[in-house]
Amino acid sequence: MRSVLHVDMNNFYASVECLYRPEIRNYPVAVAGDPLNRHGIILAKNMLAKKLGVTTGEAIWEAKLKAPGLVLVPPDYKKYLRFSRMAREIYYEYSDQVEAFGLDENWIDLTNSLPYLHNDPVSIANTIRRRVKEELGVTVSVGVSFNKIFAKLGSDLKKPDAITVIPYEHFRDIVWPLPVSDLLYVGRSTARKLEQIAVNTIGDLACMDVEILKRRLGKWGEILWLFANGMDTSPVRKISESEQIKSIGNGTTCPRDLQTEQDVRLVFTVLAESVAARLRDCCMKCQGVQIFLRDNSLFTVSRQKKMEFPCCTSAPILETAMELFRQHYRWHKPLRSVSLSAIYLVTAHKHMQLSLFDDTAEQLLIQEQIEKTVDMLRYRFGHDAIKRASALLDQKLTGFNPKEDHTIHPYSYFR
Amino acid sequence: MKINLEVNAKFDLDGTVRPTSIIWEDGRVFAVDRVLDMRRAASLKAGGVGMRYTCKICGKTVMLWNEEGKWFMEK
Repeated sequence: MRSVLHVDMNNFYASVECLYRPEIRNYPVAVAGDPLNRHGIILAKNMLAKKLGVTTGEAIWEAKLKAPGLVLVPPDYKKYLRFSRMAREIYYEYSDQVEAFGLDENWIDLTNSLPYLHNDPVSIANTIRRRVKEELGVTVSVGVSFNKIFAKLGSDLKKPDAITVIPYEHFRDIVWPLPVSDLLYVGRSTARKLEQIAVNTIGDLACMDVEILKRRLGKWGEILWLFANGMDTSPVRKISESEQIKSIGNGTTCPRDLQTEQDVRLVFTVLAESVAARLRDCCMKCQGVQIFLRDNSLFTVSRQKKMEFPCCTSAPILETAMELFRQHYRWHKPLRSVSLSAIYLVTAHKHMQLSLFDDTAEQLLIQEQIEKTVDMLRYRFGHDAIKRASALLDQKLTGFNPKEDHTIHPYSYFR
Repeated sequence: MKINLEVNAKFDLDGTVRPTSIIWEDGRVFAVDRVLDMRRAASLKAGGVGMRYTCKICGKTVMLWNEEGKWFMEK
């Protein structure tokens, strides 16, 4: 039987901000984006704000209706990354199997290190909880169980600054009465589908005939059934196993709605530059481009396309994105936010077939050299040291640097 | 409350940093007689996280924090 911990830093962004500003600690506090740039949603809130009903993801004005004295703080991602790193340094003292799930959550597999730690998993969980509180000044809740799914479930049960143990012998008593939506990967739509077949609790799910679930939910039906029965066997990744990058993307909610194709092109140019620079940083090239478009009624479309030559330069990424855009967007409504991702990634050193009849591939290599030079200039003199003339057409739309401002790495449970 | 301080420190060959004296707000210099403890810790009063040095200064136990090169103490 494995011993897996899931450590979740409580109200992470808000806790860090409250630590640095003792004067606001006793007020309801929320970390929120900049409303002037139309990023005005609640990203995190402290316990006091939570008690007043403030929820993550709602607009600032909605939150202020619930909590009139709400203190708003802008996010500082550099600080959060530092805290996330410091927390992981503590976890690594107990195991070499530590896997991040977002900035504030980590699984720790103690199975192989337990013989050397001379302690039981619950005491180690307690030590970790105490150390994070003393050394980082923020609280964590820890779930202790025999697989990743139940460990995560446990860390959500008691908050803040608490430990929940879900042992194999008693998991049916603890987990099965919980609503099925508490299980990882049961979202709103899956919960609705399960409700239709009278599955309301995790216990209902576990006792259901797996064939019925498969028919209703496809392969997910079986996976969720295994989760509910405590049969999740997914390993906690080792320190040396780096995650394989599948796509690199950037997106933005624009300061004003995009009305014309030129607006879209301007924003895509900035995004394509960032995506291409990040591809070069990882020594990757992409063979496809994916775009996401969201109009001002929040309706979203996503389209993708393969490219002829693998590349890590902004021009072909931008052109492919614009081609997709022209093909698939009919301007029913102005656009509120757009994203751009490089997909089908290959290593940059993969050989490329040059053509005898045209010089597209060679031109790509020349362009790559130019962009690498731009990278070096930006590295030495800052992002604004060099920019495209087109960026001056509308500095409000193009005046952001997705590469440095806002690189959040999404995580997936299944790899 | 947080008091930011100028600090004189010794950097050992192994990378250990130890404060040797602190320069108070009015310019007076106080020697650090002994460093009793060093560990990473949060300061809830001043608001910060870094290496915390528990020092003896003029017979008093004083805690100094070094947060990414910036030194401070609690008031």
